[in-house]
Amino acid sequence: MSLRDVSINVNGTDYQASVEPRLSLVELLRKKLSLTGTHVGCEHGVCGACTVMVDGRSVRSCLMLAVQADGAEVVTVEGLSEEQGPLGPLQAAFRRCHGLQCGFCTPGMLMTLTDFLTRNPEPTRDEVRIALTANACRCTGYKGIVDAAMEAAAEIRRAS
Amino acid sequence: MGAKYFGARVERREDEPLLRGKGQFTDDIVLSDALVAVIVRSPWAHARIDSVDVSEAAGMPGVHSIWTMADLPDCLRGRQTPIQVPNAAIRQPHNFPVLADGEATFVGEPVAVVLADSRELGEDAAQMVFVDGVPLPVAADVGTAAEPGAPLMHSSLKDNIAADLVLQFGEDENPFEAAEVVIEETFRQHRGCCQAMECRAVQAQYDALTDQLTVWSAAQAPHMVKNIIVEMLGHDDGKVRVIAPDVGGGFGPKGMVYPEEVLCAALARETGRPVKWTEDRREHFLSTTQERDQIWTMRVAADRDGRLIAVEGDLVHDSGCAAPWGIILPYIAATTVPGPYVIPNYRMRMRSVFTNKPPTTPLRGAGRPQAVFAMERMMDRLADRLGLDPAEVRRRNMIRPDQMPYRMGLIYRDGSPLTYDSGDYPECQRLALAKADWEGFKQRQSAALAEGRYIGIGVANYVEGTGLGPYEGSKARVAADGRIEIASGAAPQGQGQKTILAQIAADAFGVPMEDVDVRVADTGIVPIGIGTFASRVTVNAGSSTHNASKSLRAKVIKFAALRLEVPEADIEIDSRVVRARGTNRSVTLGELRQFANGMPGFTLPEGLEPGLETADWFSPRQATYCNGTHVAEVEVDADTGAVEIRRYVVAHDSGRLVNPMAVDGQIQGGVAHGIGNALFEHMHYDDEAQPVTTTLADYLLPMAPDVPDVEIVHMETPTPLNPLGVKGAGEGGTIPAAACIVAAVEDALRPFGARFSECPLSPQRIVEVICQSKKVA
Repeated sequence: MSLRDVSINVNGTDYQASVEPRLSLVELLRKKLSLTGTHVGCEHGVCGACTVMVDGRSVRSCLMLAVQADGAEVVTVEGLSEEQGPLGPLQAAFRRCHGLQCGFCTPGMLMTLTDFLTRNPEPTRDEVRIALTANACRCTGYKGIVDAAMEAAAEIRRAS
Repeated sequence: MGAKYFGARVERREDEPLLRGKGQFTDDIVLSDALVAVIVRSPWAHARIDSVDVSEAAGMPGVHSIWTMADLPDCLRGRQTPIQVPNAAIRQPHNFPVLADGEATFVGEPVAVVLADSRELGEDAAQMVFVDGVPLPVAADVGTAAEPGAPLMHSSLKDNIAADLVLQFGEDENPFEAAEVVIEETFRQHRGCCQAMECRAVQAQYDALTDQLTVWSAAQAPHMVKNIIVEMLGHDDGKVRVIAPDVGGGFGPKGMVYPEEVLCAALARETGRPVKWTEDRREHFLSTTQERDQIWTMRVAADRDGRLIAVEGDLVHDSGCAAPWGIILPYIAATTVPGPYVIPNYRMRMRSVFTNKPPTTPLRGAGRPQAVFAMERMMDRLADRLGLDPAEVRRRNMIRPDQMPYRMGLIYRDGSPLTYDSGDYPECQRLALAKADWEGFKQRQSAALAEGRYIGIGVANYVEGTGLGPYEGSKARVAADGRIEIASGAAPQGQGQKTILAQIAADAFGVPMEDVDVRVADTGIVPIGIGTFASRVTVNAGSSTHNASKSLRAKVIKFAALRLEVPEADIEIDSRVVRARGTNRSVTLGELRQFANGMPGFTLPEGLEPGLETADWFSPRQATYCNGTHVAEVEVDADTGAVEIRRYVVAHDSGRLVNPMAVDGQIQGGVAHGIGNALFEHMHYDDEAQPVTTTLADYLLPMAPDVPDVEIVHMETPTPLNPLGVKGAGEGGTIPAAACIVAAVEDALRPFGARFSECPLSPQRIVEVICQSKKVA
C-alpha cells in the first residue's frame, strides 16, 4: 500500500511519519510514536479509552485516520503534565478521589474531562455525568471520577 | 508497633504512572522482531471442519507462517486444554483444544493462526484463509440443550449434560406436604460477559540459549497460565515465567487460561521470534469466557408467619462448549442460595449443560448473583403472599449473631463444612434500612403516585464465601539499600493490591510505607501461586505478607542484637536504621543485610538462618463469609420503561478494612456491574447460536448517568480465620444488586400488577408488562 507523509505536533513536539492511509491516529501514536498512554478499548468509537485532543477538541483517535490529523496539534495523556513535574490538577484529583482502579480507561477520561472543563468550568455533577457518557469504565462505578472532576474544576477556578 | 496504615484511606501508589500515561499494559510492551498473531475463528457455532486452505494467504505481504492444528507441535495436536478446576462429579469432562480439531463448537473458536509482521497485514491474510466446513445441528439454548435428543454440542458426547448432582440437607421427609404456604416460580437469568476495558493480550518470548520461555499476559492468575503452559508444552517448569503487567480489569474471565496464551508460547518456541497477540473488542465478545444463562425453578415452603420450612430447586447452568472451571459456577450458586437465613430443609439439583457458545467461567459474583436473585425473589413472593413487609419476612428468618459460627449443613467448594465464621445479619439489614429510610418509603411512594410517578423500593441480602485457599505466598526481604521488598503471588487488575500489601507490610515490619516496595504477578518472583478471584487476595496474600513481614522483623532484631552486642529487647528499628536503645550504636538495614548474608569464616549462631529474607504461605483452614444488605429506590417511566435508580444503599461486613477508600471503590464499582446485570447487559445469540451483540453499541454497559453514588455503611466484624480479620470485598457490590433493583422496579409497578422473573430487565420488557396489565384492565 502506498505511504503518505504526515506532519503532526504531539504534546508540543513535531513528528514526521510515513503511514498507510488506513492507519488510525491511535495506532500512529502508540506504534510509530511510542506514546502508549492512549489506549485502544473498542476500535468502534464507543468506549472512549482512546480519546485525545486534536486542535483543542476531544476526538476518538480510533475513528480518526492518521492522515486526517496531518498538520494538527494533538495532546495526549502524556501531555497533561511535565514528565518530572507534579501531576496536573485533574490528574491529582483522580488520585485523591480514587477516580481510577485498573487505569485503562483513565487516559480517555482525563482527555474528555480536560475538554469538558475548558468549556464548562463550573459544572454540576449531572453535567459531568452527561459528559462522561463518552467514556466507559468497568471498575469504578464512576463516582470517584465525578468527584475528581468536581474537585479539579473548583481547583482550576481558584487558580485562574 | 501500632497499626499506622491499616484502616487508613491511603492514596494508591499504582495511580501516578497510570495518570501520566506511563502504565505498562501487555500491548504496550515492545519486543524487538516480534511477530503479530491474528486468529482465524470459526464462523459457525457447530461445524465439521474438513480443511483449512492457507495457500493464498501464505503468499501475502508480511506473512511469516500460518498454523492450523495439523501444523502445531506434537505436544498440542489432538489434545484438549486441561480443566483448571477438575471435579469428580463432572460426568463428561470436555474441554476444547487450542485450535479446532476437525470440529468447531462455537462462533469464534480459534481455527488457525496467522503470524505476520504487523496486525494489519496479518488481518489481511486471515481474511484469505478459507475454512471449509459443514454446519452441524446446534445446541443453542441451555434450556432445550438439556433435554433428551437435543443436538449434541460435540460429536463425542452422549448428551449435553456435563454434570448432574444434588446438594441437600435437612431431616424432614416431605416438608412441602404439611406446609401452610408453598410458592413455586421459575427464573431465567442472564449475566452477560466480561467487558474489561482492556481486552485480552499476550506476548511470548523464547530464548534458545537458556531455553527460557517468558510470557506476558493480561491475566488474573499468571501461575495457572504457567502451569498449563508447562503441562501442554512439556517445558521445564523452572524455565517458564509468566508475568501479568498492568492489567486493565479482569472481573473473572481473565482468570481463565486461554488457547491464545498457549499458542503464543508454543509459536514463540517454534519460530524463535517473539509472538504478540492482542484481542480486539469483537473477539472479546466472541471468545472471552462469559457467565450468561441459568434457569432456576424454585420451590419454598413456609409457615403462616413466613418462617421458612424448606427450599428446593432445580438449576440448569449454561456451561458453553467446555468446562474449563469444572462445575464451580453451579456449585457456588447452589451453596449461596440459603444466604443469611435459617433453612431447616434444603435440596438443590444442578445440571451443568453444554451449548455451542463460549465456555462460562466465573464473572464478578460467580453464580452468587443468580442464587441471591432466585432466593430473594422467593422471599419477596412470600412477603406478598402473606401480606408482610419484605424486610420483615427476611428478618424473621435470619441467623442470629449468637448462632455463630453457623454450620449450614453443606460442604463448600473448599471441601470444608460450610460454616459462617462471624457476622450480625439482622443488624446489617437494620442499618441498611435505616440509612435508606425504609420506614418512610410508603409515604414517599403514595406522594409520588399522586403526581403520577412510579417509585419503588427493594431489599436484598447475601452471604458470600470469600478468601478461599489453598494459599498465597509472600516473601519479605531487606534490599541492598535497606528498603523492604515484598514479593507476593497476588495478581491485581486494578484493586490496588500493591498499596494494600505495602500498608500491611509497613505496619507489620514497623517502617514508613514509603520504605516498602511491592512486586506482584510474576511467577519469576514467587514460583507457585493461585491467582486473583473469589475475593481472596487480601485474605490470602494480605495474611502471608503480614506474617512474612513480622518474621522478617524478628529476624532483623536477632541479627541486629548479634551485631550490636545487646539483648534483643534493646533493639529498635527506626526507618532504615537499627539502633541499640540507650547506646550510640546503630547499623543500617543495608549493612545488616550484608552481615546476615555472611562472610567467609564467620559462624552463624545455632538456629539462625542466613539472609534477611522470609517467606510465608498463608493457608486458611476454610473460607471466610462476608455479608451485606442492599436497598435500591427507583423511579420507572411507565411510558418509556426507563429506570432511574434514585438511591442505592449498601450495608456490608467484609471484616476489617485495610483501606476503606479501596473498599468503597470495590463496592461502588461492584454495584455498577450489578446495575448492568439488572437493566442492561445481555449477550444475545440467535437460534443458531450466532452472537448478535458484538459491539459496545449493541451490548450496553452501565454509563455514568446510570450509576448513582452508592451510600455505604461499613460494619467490621473481624473474622477469627486470619491474622488480619479480613474477609474480602471484591464482589459484594455486585451479588445482590440485580435482585434488589428488579424488586424495586416491580414495587414501583405494583399499580400495574407487574411481576418479573428474569433479568436483565430491558425497557421493552417493562413497557410490555405495563401494556399487558392495561389490556387486562
